[in-house]
Amino acid sequence: MTPSFPLVPERASSVAGEVDALFLFILVVTGIFAAGVWIALLYFAIRYRRRSPEDRPPEIHGSLALELTWTIIPFLLMSVMFVWGAKVFFHLNRPPDDAMTVSVVGKRWMWKLQHPTGQREINELHVPRGRAVKLVITSEDAIHSFFVPAFRIKKDAVPGRYNTAWFRATKAGSYHLFCSEYCGTEHARMTGRIVVMEPDEYETWLAGGPAPESPVAAGEKLFTELNCVTCHRPDSAGRGPVLQGLFGRPVKLASGETVVADEAYVRESITSPAAKVVAGYQPVMPTYQGQVSEEQIIALVAYIQSLQIPSPAAPAGASGRSR
Amino acid sequence: MSSEPAALPTEHYLSGGWDLKSWLLTTDHKRIGILYLVSITLMFALGSFYAALVRWNLMVPDGSHMSADTYNKAFTGHGVIMVFFFLIPSIPATLGNFLIPLMIGAKDLAFPRINLLSWYIYVIGGALTLYALVTGGLDTGWTFYTPYSTVFAQSKVEIAAIGIFVAGFSSILTGLNFIVTIHKMRAPGMTWFRMPLFVWAHYATSIIQVLGTPVVAITILLVALERIVHLGFFDPNRGGDPILFQHLFWFYSHPAVYIMILPSMGVISEIVTCFSRKRIFGYSFIAMSSLAIAAIGFLVWAHHMFVTGMAVYSAMVFSALTYLVAVPSAIKTFNWTATLYRASVQWDTPMIYVFCFIGLFLIGGLTGLFLGNLGTDVHLTDTYFVVAHFHYIMVGGAIMGYLGGLHYWWPKITGRKYIEAWGKVSSLLVFVGFNLTFFPQFVLGYLGMPRRYYVYPEEFQVLNVLSTAGATILGFGYVFPFSYLTHSVFRGRPAGPNPWEAKGLEWTTTSPPPTENFHEVPIVTEDAYDYASPPREAERA
Repeated sequence: MTPSFPLVPERASSVAGEVDALFLFILVVTGIFAAGVWIALLYFAIRYRRRSPEDRPPEIHGSLALELTWTIIPFLLMSVMFVWGAKVFFHLNRPPDDAMTVSVVGKRWMWKLQHPTGQREINELHVPRGRAVKLVITSEDAIHSFFVPAFRIKKDAVPGRYNTAWFRATKAGSYHLFCSEYCGTEHARMTGRIVVMEPDEYETWLAGGPAPESPVAAGEKLFTELNCVTCHRPDSAGRGPVLQGLFGRPVKLASGETVVADEAYVRESITSPAAKVVAGYQPVMPTYQGQVSEEQIIALVAYIQSLQIPSPAAPAGASGRSR
Repeated sequence: MSSEPAALPTEHYLSGGWDLKSWLLTTDHKRIGILYLVSITLMFALGSFYAALVRWNLMVPDGSHMSADTYNKAFTGHGVIMVFFFLIPSIPATLGNFLIPLMIGAKDLAFPRINLLSWYIYVIGGALTLYALVTGGLDTGWTFYTPYSTVFAQSKVEIAAIGIFVAGFSSILTGLNFIVTIHKMRAPGMTWFRMPLFVWAHYATSIIQVLGTPVVAITILLVALERIVHLGFFDPNRGGDPILFQHLFWFYSHPAVYIMILPSMGVISEIVTCFSRKRIFGYSFIAMSSLAIAAIGFLVWAHHMFVTGMAVYSAMVFSALTYLVAVPSAIKTFNWTATLYRASVQWDTPMIYVFCFIGLFLIGGLTGLFLGNLGTDVHLTDTYFVVAHFHYIMVGGAIMGYLGGLHYWWPKITGRKYIEAWGKVSSLLVFVGFNLTFFPQFVLGYLGMPRRYYVYPEEFQVLNVLSTAGATILGFGYVFPFSYLTHSVFRGRPAGPNPWEAKGLEWTTTSPPPTENFHEVPIVTEDAYDYASPPREAERA
């Protein structure tokens, strides 16, 4: 056992420094407060210790000025903490537009990951340094949580939902991946590592191994096999909405609401089609819950995401755009 | 305190006999308080045993001390017992039960038979849960998160859930009883703003118990129903929503933290003023901050859920409200500290626990600011940082207050004194052991060690070994009070009615008090903590 004794976890993502700066700020402010109270407490307790059983200290009822002071000053300081924290949280929840999407499926007790180019990995994720990676996270069974301490990111993998997180690795190396939501017997072994590689090494790594089927191609095949195409036709003559050009756009629902057609919406429309029906259509689609696995849904979503409006002006290869 | 009393009063609430019937059929709030004291002490011992298993396993990183399932059942048993069967009833059901009627000059609680009923319900709920723990164990964690608890867990979830459901009624009935008692049973002259702050704290606590407990009871029952008759509340494959469970669970379980800490704050307010021999600083601010905590405490629950994928704006609202609830706790801390200014501070065991409480609760509360913060919570949640944080609140806060209160009112409850030197030694052990156990866990959490891991990467071992060493010291710190307090019941010197020269109606009657508490109805003519006027226990006793 090496008696290594680190006090700060490794910083290997673009947001880690931001989170640590905020952590340090709260640590300093609360440290000053704590020290102030401890010193006052000990000083008073010793300075004013009982010297004789007959001691009768003066009566002090309180002081409105003091009460207001020690209400308002902490309140203002905490407001600063709150605003700063909200700012960091926004940043943590807004993946950049150029991010590559990696799908993450938690399953007791392993992590299944797939690259946008189709490579699959288990409990291990290879990523290039410097490139933003957006994670679309779900679970096949219980709730899990995808936690990479060195990146300061964590997001729950919830069955039936897509959550997103993102990071931009800044330092090559191998970092812990933990499941941080208790999920049963081997929860503690639902761990893995994130391997951050230099971009050219990553390209070499991607090229090694057999050429995988991309999620888009797999999704296209499923789309045909499941006969989705009979209702969701590229022209507007089908019984279901047209999917070309749908992804990332606002959708008007029969209920009058408007939602953005993101991964979560498309997923929900496959598993619970009646939940959010598009305005102008009947709720005739059957549920595919249980008929398709989480990985197949991810492939279908990737395929639907790739569908652009067939127009001669549309630039080719715009399929990677997330929003 | 010029003359030592030679013996206990000839007639008091225990002089009627010690036979089984006198305990099991009693409606005396004081005896019921003692029934609770014995019950929760047994529960505490069992919960500590589970904690010892957890700490023993974590001495090594490879999990070689026990199987994964054993470990998971150990931390679940620890959490379920300590939260539902020790911390929630701890101060209200023992000290609160014993003292509230005495403090407001009443003969008993408003509903003495319901008071006894609540103890029986507690025992039944506890027995069901213990049955589940002994005959197969429970491995869901005390939080019962779905869909793990409803679909995947193979352990005795149903019986344990029903046990907790039943025990909830005990808490509701106690809260109800206190509210009615405080409204209707105050002695002449005991106006609201003459009430001891201990009573204010229990009033606020009771409101949370009455309003919050039904929610967790129903939620836990839904878990049992989803398992037994397969209704789809939380299982997404049956159209349920697993996150809904977390909303319902924390809607109670966050306020439950205030059920644990508010009574303790009430204890601290009593002790700090007695051992400073000085009126408390900012009486009404402390009283009102209890109510503010109870009210705002109901609006912060989703700060446990910032990484579940909730909407960013709703997370912001819950974070802001979380910061708001920190303010009244800060106000209390400053007022206690200010009370010591120009005081006459006596360093007796109860007061040492007050110092421990303020010092440790401060760390617990301030580390809450890291977790209520959206930016830092993402990294820290579900790690040992959270474990350390809530132990500083629940052990450093709630249990320090409980031990302080137990020592402070022990002479009133038993009529006898414990050996002061032993009290001082064990409070020191508890303080040192506690910090050594839980401070390293803050570092572990910041470094990224997740909760509920029976194996962990080797780089975390040094801190885990330190933590286990601390837990060992803490264990001794708990055994000592158990021994010398028990010893004092038989061998302690008679304490007399008011050994601390304290103010408050409970000190104007004999120790132990008579069954009817006061031989004649007290009439209150002065504010609480009127330490400026000379002691007058001599004329009363």
